[in-house]
Parts: sequence; structure tokens; C-alpha cells
Amino acid sequence: MAIEVRIPTILRTYTDGAKAVDASGATIEELIGDLEARHPGIKARLVENDKLRRFVNVYLNDEDVRFLGGLGTPVSDGDTVTVLPAVAGG
Amino acid sequence: MRFDSLIESVGRTPLVGLPRLSPSADVRIWAKLEDRNPTGSIKDRPALWMIEQAEKDGVLSPGCTILEPTSGNTGISLAMSARLKGYKLICVMPENTSEERRQLLRMYGAEIISSPAAGGSNEAVRVAKGLAAEHPDWIMLYQYGNPANWRSHYESTGPEILDDLPTVTHFVAGLGTTGTLMGVGRYLREQKPDVKIVAAEPRYGELVYGLRNVDEGFIPEIYDESVLTTRYSVTSADALKRTRELLATEGIFAGISTGCALHAAIGMARKAVQEGERADIVFVVADGGWKYLSTGAYEGTLDEAEDRLEGQLWA
Repeated sequence: MAIEVRIPTILRTYTDGAKAVDASGATIEELIGDLEARHPGIKARLVENDKLRRFVNVYLNDEDVRFLGGLGTPVSDGDTVTVLPAVAGG
Repeated sequence: MRFDSLIESVGRTPLVGLPRLSPSADVRIWAKLEDRNPTGSIKDRPALWMIEQAEKDGVLSPGCTILEPTSGNTGISLAMSARLKGYKLICVMPENTSEERRQLLRMYGAEIISSPAAGGSNEAVRVAKGLAAEHPDWIMLYQYGNPANWRSHYESTGPEILDDLPTVTHFVAGLGTTGTLMGVGRYLREQKPDVKIVAAEPRYGELVYGLRNVDEGFIPEIYDESVLTTRYSVTSADALKRTRELLATEGIFAGISTGCALHAAIGMARKAVQEGERADIVFVVADGGWKYLSTGAYEGTLDEAEDRLEGQLWA
């Protein structure tokens, strides 16, 4: 079983254009590590100094992981993880 | 209620219960009807506060030109105040905003400069900052970084909610400039340390996220993560579904960002029921549905409406 990770347009160069890819792991950090193994280069776009990059938002089943446990947030099979760049509203 | 002028009538909006959408007598959902402000949106509060602060600081005086990046509501609020107070207004707006907003702005006498659709409000901010640098005599109030934005909610919206509902446990609002959540959140947290402050962030179509790289992202300068309890990303489909549900069950005709906040509010209500906790959940009706009729959000099936909304900035 795997976890579906939705990839924003600007990072699809790493996933051969795929909008969503599968990855596995027990935490967001492991998930990103597995993504990196399958799609080299993507991790550096998401993580910097062991933290999510400032303008990258990652949602676990629509909830922002910064309010859950950051990169250490546990994930399990059947979850959906969505990556989005931070954009303005208003 | 009597006021000396339209500007004086900003705020003091009704808080109404939603008996049909509330799951039980112990878990209640309440709507703060911000569409009842003079120009029909919550933005009348920050717009007025920002203008009056600038007047107090001596940077704004009659005849001045105000410049603002806006997806619409802030612009309309500023346009009304500008007309009454004698300012010229230039709004930088993304192309993918509704026609109603443009017509309203033009009617109030504002000038509109369009920014590219791709990149959404990020682009509007970038274009406005460029114009401000070229025209040092124009006054950019800059809602994303102006403390008067969140202070308007700290001094008005927050106290109104607590006065009307001292038992409030949750506050849910859409996340745009972050002003509503920062202001109401800070006020309620000071008064009730256990209150939960929940952000509902619109998840747009892909066009809006069409940046060239992740370092071009944008976080409003006034945003302080520590004010929030949590933050949800709400799809256009869920926002549309809840907007229609609000009209069908409770009779409230609201804009699409209201559906976004309601979706998170209903999620919080469900959680409270599961955990057997009492809850009084307040969410913000940021504006009415009038300005979105042309988007087709209220016609046909949800799928059709969602397709029509693709690429539009609906909050």
C-alpha cells in the first residue's frame, strides 16, 4: 500500500509530468525521502535545513502539517498528501 | 440604528445561529454576516482602518492617490471610502477575478490595472510594488503588510463576537491576507486562552499556482503562524458544495469563500461531536453571492460549476 502525493505544476518536471505519485513511509519526512529515491532532485525543492521550505505548504488529508507535527507528522496507508506553493489571497 | 454617514455604519454585523447545520444543541455553528457591511464585505473594516491610520500618520490627505493590490473586495471598500473622502484609487487586480467586481470598482471611480492571471494575487502584489516604486507620491496601503488590517478585526470583529457569544469555542475564517484570523484570533485568545483559531485556505485551480519556481511564493507579512490552532486547504468543489448547502438549509446567499470557511467549521463540529465536547463555532460570511453570479457558481450541477470556476480567484 502506498500514499498518494499530489504534486504542484512547478514540481512536475521531477515526476515526468505526473500530477500525483505514490510513495511510502511512516512520516512526512520518510515519505519525502522515498519520493527523492523515485524522483531525484525533488527533496531539495521541498526541504531546506531539515525543515519545509518557507514557501512550500504540505497538507495531510487537507490539514497543514506545520500544525500537526511538521516533517515528523505520522502518515498511514490511504492518506493523501498535497504539496502546494504558498500564494496570496485577499 | 442611526449613523451620521455610510462610513460610520461599518461593523456591528449580526451573528446568526444555523440550527439546521448545527449537529446538536451542544455543538452549534454561528455565522458572522459580514456581507451586511456598507459595500457588502468584511473588507470594509480593514479598508477604513488602513485609511484612517494613514490619515492620522499624515501620509494621506485629500487629493492623494491610493494604490492597492486586491482581488476585489478590499478595492471596492477602499473605493467607497476614497469617493467619500476625496482620494483617487488605483487597484491592481488579477485578470481572473469576476466581472461584477470590475464593474463596481469602475462605478466608484477607481482605475483598474490588470495583472496576469497566472500567479493570481502574487502577481498583483508584484505589479503593485513595482508601480509604487515608480510613483513615490502614490500611497500603497498594502493590506498584506499593514498592521491596521488585523487591528481592525482586533478592535471590532473580535469584540463583537465575544459580546454576542461569550461561550465561543472556535473561530473559523478564510485565509487571504490573514488579517481577519490574526486580529480576531489575537483578541479572542487574550480573552479565552483555550479558543481554537482555524484557517480555511482556498485551494484554487492549477493556473493560480503557476509560479516559475517555489521561491516565488508569497506569505503576507502580517501572518503569524502562532496565532492559529490549525489550517485547512479547501478545494473549490467543497467550497461550492457548502456555499449551496448554506443557501439550501439556512437561507444564506453567500460568496464562495464562505463555503470554504463553512467546510472547515463543519469539520470542527464533527470533531467536537466525536469527542463529546461542547462547541460554539463562529465562522465568517465574508461577502454575499451577488458578485459571483457571473462565475456560474450557483447554476447547474456542482461539476459544471466547478469546471467554470477553474482558474478563477473566488476568494
